[in-house]
Parts: sequence; structure tokens; C-alpha cells
Amino acid sequence: MPEIYSKYPMIKYLRKEALPTALCPGCGGGTVLNAFANAVDQLKIDPRDLVVVSGIGCSAWIASPYFLADTLHTTHGRAIAFATGVKVGLPDKKVVVISGDGDLASIGGNHLLHAARRNIDITVILVNNFIYGMTGGQVAPTTPFGAITTTTPYRNIEHPLQISETIAAAGASYVARWTTAHVYQLIESIKKALQVKGFSLVEVISQCPVQFGRRNKMKEPAEMLRWFLKNSVPISKAKKMPPEELEGKFVIGEFVNRQRPEFVSELNKLIDEVQEHFGLKEV
Amino acid sequence: MIIRGDEPEQIKLLRKLYKPGNYFMQGNEAVAYGALFAGCRFYAGYPITPSSEIAETMARELPKLGGYYLQMEDEIGSIAAMIGASWTGFKVMTATAGPGFSLMQENLGYAVMTETPLVLVDVQRSGPSTGQATKGAQGDFFQARWGTHGDHPIVAVSPTSGQDAFWEIIRAFNIAERLRTPVVFLFDGILAHTRELVKIPDVDEVKITYRKLPQNEEEAKLPFGDPHGDGVPPMPLFGHGYFTHVTGSTHKENGLRDVYTPEVHDRLVRRIHRKIEQNRHVYEKYEEHFTDDAEILVVSWGVTARPALGAVLKARREGIKVGLFVPKTVHPFPGERMRELGKRVRAVLVPEMNLGQMILEVQRFVNDDVLLKGVNKIGGVPLTVEEILREIRGVA
Repeated sequence: MPEIYSKYPMIKYLRKEALPTALCPGCGGGTVLNAFANAVDQLKIDPRDLVVVSGIGCSAWIASPYFLADTLHTTHGRAIAFATGVKVGLPDKKVVVISGDGDLASIGGNHLLHAARRNIDITVILVNNFIYGMTGGQVAPTTPFGAITTTTPYRNIEHPLQISETIAAAGASYVARWTTAHVYQLIESIKKALQVKGFSLVEVISQCPVQFGRRNKMKEPAEMLRWFLKNSVPISKAKKMPPEELEGKFVIGEFVNRQRPEFVSELNKLIDEVQEHFGLKEV
Repeated sequence: MIIRGDEPEQIKLLRKLYKPGNYFMQGNEAVAYGALFAGCRFYAGYPITPSSEIAETMARELPKLGGYYLQMEDEIGSIAAMIGASWTGFKVMTATAGPGFSLMQENLGYAVMTETPLVLVDVQRSGPSTGQATKGAQGDFFQARWGTHGDHPIVAVSPTSGQDAFWEIIRAFNIAERLRTPVVFLFDGILAHTRELVKIPDVDEVKITYRKLPQNEEEAKLPFGDPHGDGVPPMPLFGHGYFTHVTGSTHKENGLRDVYTPEVHDRLVRRIHRKIEQNRHVYEKYEEHFTDDAEILVVSWGVTARPALGAVLKARREGIKVGLFVPKTVHPFPGERMRELGKRVRAVLVPEMNLGQMILEVQRFVNDDVLLKGVNKIGGVPLTVEEILREIRGVA
């Protein structure tokens, strides 16, 4: 383990033998890992009560294998479906999915939508860096309109999916969006997401200077963070703005925070009812 | 709470719910009841003809036993959820048919690589593609073997009747648990929808097994090692504070990814193969009829083994020295026994409801001087006794 980690207060939550991380210099993934570790620390969650699930891509590596918990690194797009099985088996544990926009909202979009609809008690931290980073910077369903990527070398003609808005509409108990330039707000939202009973999504707009910024006039990580800050609009303000003014902006804040029946609780309630009905309780 | 299926209260529940005796039931129902007796308490699936009655039976019965039925958004999510549940300690199953089996292939490979016990029922239907959705077939023989990418072993079990399906699905679970591996159950649309006599036994007659768990911290730290020399590592389940790391990427014995060292990949993939190869006694199974003095051998499997037996019995009455060999575990193929039998006969016939799949396995173990001939039928209608008998007479 490199010396630098010895001064890091959250090192107790990391798998030392797996360090250093494979993330590029300037990547927003480190900020997300740090925010998650701080949220776990502030809530005093025992890492033995955590199962962290991820898919494929750079953001899937943020917690896997680096976070010291049970970690399940799955196939591309399927992390939430794997996590669904884990949560049914371990309803008393915190099941957290940390993965990217391509993984969770493109190839895995259907699982994301249906997990929100079921309102299963899983926390998803979706790291949105607008790009397929690991494969070399190809366009994603989250890439801003007009952006340059390796597969939109002239410009992106598609409009990005509004992930938080979509998942709030699908029925999640908690949805919030922040950027890596809003670390304290991010930690608070992750804490709320971990505590809410139901499906929770924290979307983190994150910088990928290597694959996205470099081709879009933001080579330095700091330039990307300044871009986030300049274009962030709090949700309360965004509600009063016409849609055309919101083009290219990042709406930040809490989209929903509500109580709805949770899937695994309902499932266990159903089993109770069935066993009661058939006189199987006292067998 | 995790249920293994062998807890005293579970035995009591099974006994109360399912009285031993003779039942008139569909093959699909026999699979579902067999799975319940085997200890399966988690099912995740997606409806598809001709497998849906398995899901329906599980949805109705599992809650009575405290088990979980999940209908997922697609087949990919179904196998994903069952792998997740298997790592928490459940015995898990899904059922599908060709198109769904195709969708599950990637995560089937994940289960092989992460050594996750599960049972995947493929109720074979006529393909390719949507094909004849309601009609049975045996066209997925090699999809079961090679459907997922990369070098990998697979165990596949195929029953020949509803009664057989009840016992064979229990055997499939026992193999999956004993060897920490996915097992494919190759059923078909004809047996699935045939209603026939199925005898439900007393719970005591059913022997079930559960995966090896780590006996100490040392074992728990090596979820992909081989501490007992049998190739099968104990499985450190999630939620026990082991900090288990599971990945489909190439990994070391401790579970951590190492995709750069050639020796690590070689060691892992060869050990997974060796685990299956050296434990043949756990899964190898076949049936033989009249093979002692046979000059002609019929080799068949699954639904086609039934008319094949009918044809062999009739041919025997006509004085033809013909025998029948039925692999029940079709992958890995019982090659050594096939080789022995192949040496004694002058002709081998392989009836199956496809254009020639198991025959290619047979061919690997039979000498060139033996006449080898497929008896193939597609279109969704099973081979008849007469059709197979005609071929036997033709080589007699």
C-alpha cells in the first residue's frame, strides 16, 4: 500500500492489498469513494453489514474491490438485478450498487427502472461521467448534445437521458443528483439514501478529464469541476425555469424523498399471510 | 432468513403439504415439486412457453414454505438475481426455454467463473429463434454445453419422464451444491406438458446435500482455492463478515482480480475444469437396456429415449440383438462407457429431436468401423416407436 494512504482517515474502510486504485489521475471516482466512505463512517455502519455490488466500467471499480465489505462485481448492466437477489437473501443488510451511467442507465436501464418501480431497498450511487470511459471514450446515452466523443467525432446528435427525473417518476423512494463539486451535499444525500427504506438513487455528475474533458475543451479536472459549478441549477430554481433554459444545465438537489411500500418487506408480509392462511405457522 | 431445505421445520412443512402418493401431473409440475423437495427456496424467472407452469407452481408453493418467488423484468435479470441469492445461501432455480436460455448465457458463464451453485431449467422448444414456441425439441444440447463464451465445463442433466424429472431435478441440485457449479437441466416441451403418473415420495426418501461452507477464517479467505484437494472450494457466503470479493474477471484464490498474470488465469480455469473432471462419480449417470449381448446399439436421451426403448423392446421380440444406452447426465458425456459399448457393436443409431447433436459426442467415442447413423426428426412432433424400429430393422 502506498505511503500516502496512511494519512487518509477513511483507509479503515478500504481493502489495503488492492490499493492503489486503478482510476486515472483527476478522475471523479475517488471523490465518490471518499463520499461513500464518509457517509458510512458518519452513520456508523459496520462494513460487515454492507454488500456492495457493481457492474462493468470505470465506475464499477470505485468500490470493487477497494471497499472492504462483501463485494460482488457482476456482468455489464446487471448489478441491480444481482443486488435484488442479495437483498432478498439478506434483508437486514445494506445493499449498495455503485456503478456508471453506461452500465446502469444504458445496458442496465431496464433493471434500474424496474428496481425503482418495485421500490426494493437498495441504494444506487450512479456515477454519471457522460461517457464510456474504460472502452476509450465512446458516446453514451448521457453524453450532452453536441459533445465530441470517439464515436461522435463530428458532434453528438442525440439528447441525454435525464436519469434522476426518470427514476423519480418510476417510483423510487429517494432520488438526488449532485456533482463531484458538491461533496458535502453528496455525503448528506448518500446518508439519506442509505437510511431510507425503499429504492434510493444518488446520481453523481462526475468528471472524466481523460476521455470526455480532453475532447471537449476541458483537459484539466478543475476545468470540469468549474463547468459543473457554473451550470448547476438547484431543483427549486429549475422548477421555475422553461425547459429550453435548462438545456445543458445540471439540475441538482433532492427530486423525491417519500415513503412507499418496500418490496422485500411486502414479499415477507405476503409469505406470512400465505402461511397463516394455509395454517402453516405452527407446524 | 436463509433456508437450506433440510431444517426440521422444513421437513415438517413438506410432509404436511405434499402427501406421499400417486399423482397425475404435468412434467413441469414434477420439476417444480422436485425442486421444492431438493431445498430450492428462491426462484427468479420470466414467463416463457413451454416452461411457464414451473414458474406458476413455484409462485404458488414457495411462499407456503417460506421461500421466495421473484418475477424479474427479463431472463438476464432472473439469472442475475438467483446468483445474488445463491451467494446469500439459498438454493436457487430458474426455468426458461430457448430464447430465454440464449439471454441467460452470459450470466451462466459468470456462474461458472464465480463457482455459484444454481439450477437452470431449459424446457427445450423448437428453434432456432422463436421457432415453434409451443413445440418440444432437443436442439439445445450443444447450447447447454457451449452457449457461454470461453473455456468452461458444464454439467447438464436430462430426464426421460415426469417421474424421472422429479428425481433428476433433485440430483441436479445435489450436483450443483456438491460441486459449487451451475447445472443445466435439459427438459423439453413434450415432457413438460405431458400429464402422467408421478409418485411423490416421503420426505425421508429424498437425500439432499448443501454446499461446503468454510470451517475457519483461513478457508473463508480463499473462496477460490482448493483446500481439500477435490477442486471444490468452500463458499464464504455474504453477510457473515468475511469481506468476500466475487468477480467474473480472472481472480486469484482470495478472489481479487488479476487479469494480467497468465499463470493466474491458467490456474483458475484449469482448476474449474479439474473440479468437474475429477468428480465424475458425483454426476455421471446413464441407463442401459439389453446392452450385454447387443450387436446394434441405440443411444438416445431425454424425451426420445422413450420411443427408443419401445422400439428396442419390439425389435428384441423380433429377435434382433439390439440394446439401448441413455445418458442421464449428458454433459460431461459418459464417454468411457460409450467407448466400451461401442467396441462390442457393429451399428449405433442415435435418435434425437434435432438434426444431429448428441451423435457428435457419440462419434468421438466410437470407432470408424462401426456404422453410425442419426435418426432425426424436427417440427415439434416426437419420434415414434415405429420410426425408430424401422431404422433398427434397416441395420439388422
